[in-house]
Amino acid sequence: MSENVGIVIVSHSADVARGTALMVEQMVGHEVPLGWCGGDPGGGLGTSVEAIMAAIDQAWSERGVAILVDLGGAETNSEMAIEMLPEARRARVVVCNAPVVEGAVMAATEAASGASLEAVRRTAEELTPV
Amino acid sequence: MMIDRQARKLLFETVARRVIASTDELTDLDRAIGDGDHGANMRRGFEAVLAAVDELAAKNLGESLKGVGTTLVMKVGGASGPLYGTLFMSLGKTLDDEVTCERVADAFAAAIEAVKARGKSDVGQKTMLDVLFPVLAVLREGGTELPVRLKAVAKAAAEETIPMRAIRGRASFLGERSVGHMDPGARSSALIVDAVADVMEGLA
Repeated sequence: MSENVGIVIVSHSADVARGTALMVEQMVGHEVPLGWCGGDPGGGLGTSVEAIMAAIDQAWSERGVAILVDLGGAETNSEMAIEMLPEARRARVVVCNAPVVEGAVMAATEAASGASLEAVRRTAEELTPV
Repeated sequence: MMIDRQARKLLFETVARRVIASTDELTDLDRAIGDGDHGANMRRGFEAVLAAVDELAAKNLGESLKGVGTTLVMKVGGASGPLYGTLFMSLGKTLDDEVTCERVADAFAAAIEAVKARGKSDVGQKTMLDVLFPVLAVLREGGTELPVRLKAVAKAAAEETIPMRAIRGRASFLGERSVGHMDPGARSSALIVDAVADVMEGLA
């Protein structure tokens, strides 16, 4: 399974993250390592660096991990989580500038084809209006 | 000036208690132009600092500041976690127990750059940076009555965010409607500066 790039979904809401993960699984089954998290460390709406790090670990692939985020804090916390990873892993995790639901589904579909991390990121980011 | 274990503990406790005591004020400010979670997030982070204060203060100033930063990163939850976490971690990287005004100013300047990079933001965008930069300018001047001047500049700088239009963060979604409200991050930064200055003055 680890031959495909992994996908991590980070939302302020655990329900959104879980729902997005279900949509991804419906598209690509279990061919893509998947991690997701939502909610702040107190269980409210928000994001948690600790939970993001755990989700990256869960979705870990030697070919890299693409993170899809919803709003500001999710991005900032994801970047922080990447910096706190062991050095060997840091360069192989990227945050995609893409809408979380559509981006996750597109990224996972691309990842399931065996695409590289850069190709997965590009596919997700094609959804972002310029 | 030597920042010993007792001084570190007093410093962290004072900052944490002030932030926690201002939870409602920060929540109200954030409710006006953000998502209303700044008060609760900062309280959660600084309650964690308070709970671990003996352990944190036992290390030297650099390591203890890094510890405070890591705690905030892990516990705050919003974007303010990585932003304040980065500020404290960066200060910890450069400061030793023996501090001078000049050393603190240099460390603070580096920490502000780290916060700018983390938030992809700059001065004039209605953020905590609009307080941190004027505070740095006063630190650079040094001189007499420093704590009093630091408190005054932090308070005035936070108030100066009221007419600004937000360009970064959730408040930027509101565009022109963000005008007329103080930035919650600017306010929490001013609170922290105020608490540190009170400790310097022996008022805490």
